[in-house]
Amino acid sequence: MGELLIKNGFVFDPLQGIKGDRMDIGVRDGKIVETSALSSPKTIDAAGMTVMAGGVDIHSHVVGPKVNVGRLFRPEDKLFKSPHKSPTCNRMEMGFSVPSTFKTGYDYARMGYVFVNEAAMPPLHSPHVHEEIRDTPIIDNAAMPVFGNNWFTLEYLKNHEIENNAAYTAWLLRATRGFAIKVVNPGGTEAWGWGLNCEHIHDPVPYFDITPAQIVKGLIEANEYLGLPHSMHVHANNLGNPGNYTTTLDTFKLSEGIKPNSKFGRDQVMHHTHVQFHSYGGDSWANVESKAKEIMDYVNSHDNITIDMGQVTLDETTTMTADGPFEHHLTELNHLKWANADVELETGSGVVPYIYSPSIKVCAIQWCIGLELALLAKDPMRVFMTTDHPNAGPFIRYPRIMKWLMSREAREQQFDAFKHKDKVIEATNLAGIDRELDLYEIAQMTRAGPAKALGLAHMYGGLAPGLDADVAVFDFNPNEPYAPDDIEKAFGNARHLFKTGVQVISDHEVVSNGNKRTLWVNARVNENPQVMRDVKEKFLRYYTVTLNNYEVTGHHYLPNPYVIEVDATE
Amino acid sequence: METVTLTIKNQPGLYLEADSITPDAFAGKKAEEIAALPVYVGREEHRLGDFFEVSGKAGATPEETKIIVNGDLSRVKYIGMKMTAGEVVVNGNADMYVGAWMQGGRITVNGNVDAFAGTGMKGGELLIKGNAGNYLGAAYRGDWRGMTGGKIVVSGNAGSDLGTFMNGGEIIVGGDVDVHVATHAEGGKIVIKGNAKSRLGGQMVEGEIYVFGTIDVMMPGFAYRKDVDIEVDGTKGRFALYEGDLGERHRKRKGQAIYGKLYQRVEA
Repeated sequence: MGELLIKNGFVFDPLQGIKGDRMDIGVRDGKIVETSALSSPKTIDAAGMTVMAGGVDIHSHVVGPKVNVGRLFRPEDKLFKSPHKSPTCNRMEMGFSVPSTFKTGYDYARMGYVFVNEAAMPPLHSPHVHEEIRDTPIIDNAAMPVFGNNWFTLEYLKNHEIENNAAYTAWLLRATRGFAIKVVNPGGTEAWGWGLNCEHIHDPVPYFDITPAQIVKGLIEANEYLGLPHSMHVHANNLGNPGNYTTTLDTFKLSEGIKPNSKFGRDQVMHHTHVQFHSYGGDSWANVESKAKEIMDYVNSHDNITIDMGQVTLDETTTMTADGPFEHHLTELNHLKWANADVELETGSGVVPYIYSPSIKVCAIQWCIGLELALLAKDPMRVFMTTDHPNAGPFIRYPRIMKWLMSREAREQQFDAFKHKDKVIEATNLAGIDRELDLYEIAQMTRAGPAKALGLAHMYGGLAPGLDADVAVFDFNPNEPYAPDDIEKAFGNARHLFKTGVQVISDHEVVSNGNKRTLWVNARVNENPQVMRDVKEKFLRYYTVTLNNYEVTGHHYLPNPYVIEVDATE
Repeated sequence: METVTLTIKNQPGLYLEADSITPDAFAGKKAEEIAALPVYVGREEHRLGDFFEVSGKAGATPEETKIIVNGDLSRVKYIGMKMTAGEVVVNGNADMYVGAWMQGGRITVNGNVDAFAGTGMKGGELLIKGNAGNYLGAAYRGDWRGMTGGKIVVSGNAGSDLGTFMNGGEIIVGGDVDVHVATHAEGGKIVIKGNAKSRLGGQMVEGEIYVFGTIDVMMPGFAYRKDVDIEVDGTKGRFALYEGDLGERHRKRKGQAIYGKLYQRVEA
């Protein structure tokens, strides 16, 4: 694959504690190497530019059935919003909040990202998820099957069968080529099948007679029993409702006293996603207020938790989640079109367009809360940048979020553009926060931190010798004066991107479809005849497909698999 | 006002996407510059002059520019798209999306237009002397933001799905219409001087529909209220007033729900 020398850039690498030093990065055979190990490298001049590892997105809805429902039922999301015409890539780039698979890959690459974790995979539809992953160029993907409303999981946890639940979890990860345990509105989506919901962690799930608290705790235990790379990854109950921050804190507390059991270097046992949607005070939309301080006080003092932002970007977007009852709630609020799906024994979902308008007080408060979470973080290695794409906004806004995090001036400009500026300031903390993040902290929130939390710090997130050679070069000189908009411009349009040593972007143009991989976790457990009998029985009795047609197998779905082996047989 | 005349000389093998035929794109340009404007056949870009003879010159601004398009334009789409001012006269039949998203000025078509004329229209006047196709003055596929302003007048008949998601403005059809009128509308006014078929005002929240002729099947979500004597587009008469769609949400003013209104003439 040849050798590369990326010379003289300002390097930001939290993994090695490098804070903008002028350094050279060596690459050989797809890995980072000591520059002294190179013999005749091709040289890339990065003088005056910022050099970081490839970005890592811990939570983004980019592939699969609900994303595709979004594409299909929103033709207007493509209208006049697909302006990019690249002279070098000819696959169809269209869509704004729900872009085509090709645009997804290209746009992530343009921001210098190399890994995206698909946030919710309905197990029954995992073949579709993998087909779309396959058709998303450049970036590596993993996908998290959803467990929090799965009948097997609910029954094993109700009966306190920890080992059986772990064996089923391992089986489902293998069958779906999944990466981690995702939990969405635990019990609530199953309750939605009865037209109900679980808004608090002790609300019983109908029929199954188990609570969200038991589901979350049980799945943390299964996760640590198996020793998976990533932790249990939860979207808690009561998303998006005024006063929900107490439910969030109650959910956080379920992790107390549990220590990680993983050989993959993570320190957390719970990743709570898009916390912005879960940090609301008040008891109605009229008096909703930020509880980001209370949330971050807890996160800052408990190091077995990581979170991501779910930052509202003030765009017209498409919400989509396995939280079926929430999407119904949303369509009742905004009267826009609604899609709803039930996925047999496993989960459900909903999709509704949404406009986060700067003229609406609540949207502006949501914008503040997301930024507060990041700016109140004591440890940026545990608080990650996301928009819960596309729920709070499209991922292409990450560079704009960087601008807001790095520049108080940029935040003030946005405050001035709000129609209800004074009321928004009154309901939030952001106006009183002076902190401006630096590029080192941004690299923690977008690279080193999420890579570590995913258990993938041995591959992504840093520039130490031995790691995959994912290197992004941006037209940004941190030592020269700059305007806030320069940040957004530079980090939205990488000068160069190398992925596992292959140059994917050259002088701002996508020049290669890269060497994309699909990561999945093969967790080996002791043979468990009971679980296999349960699986066969449920497929015979309830599923609309046979077991033989369920598992994702074959080259067709995963042309470039990267298997992470986990041994839980002892 | 300066005038530019386009006469079609080569028919496209497929369809020609000519959203550059607007006073906005032409303003300030001479004939040869206008001939160099881009048009598309599929994914291939061509020059407007490859298909049209261009004569005359444009005014300095869209307001001072008049465009006359001659010939068989039944394979030419997007004439007058997004125009803000000035005038376009089409002497012939035109394909889809005439005056789509137009904001001002006037388009006169001395012939028929195909579907999606006046889609998402915000202002201006669109006069069609022949018949209109489906989706006249409707929202773009999937969008809930339909026609918000301006006026469309069709001398002949219109097809199905006119005024879908209409929020404002006015559509007047001299002849008959096909099914689906003002579906999902939240405002605006539609006048049908001929006959209508069925599904008028389905999921309508607000707005007005006037029908001078017959309605084959009335929506079950509309209730008869009373007869009223009114004048509609210069015609006086007695109309039966129906309100609906009763199955939809409706906002209230002073405690009274506001419904979509459907008037059908009972006597001249």
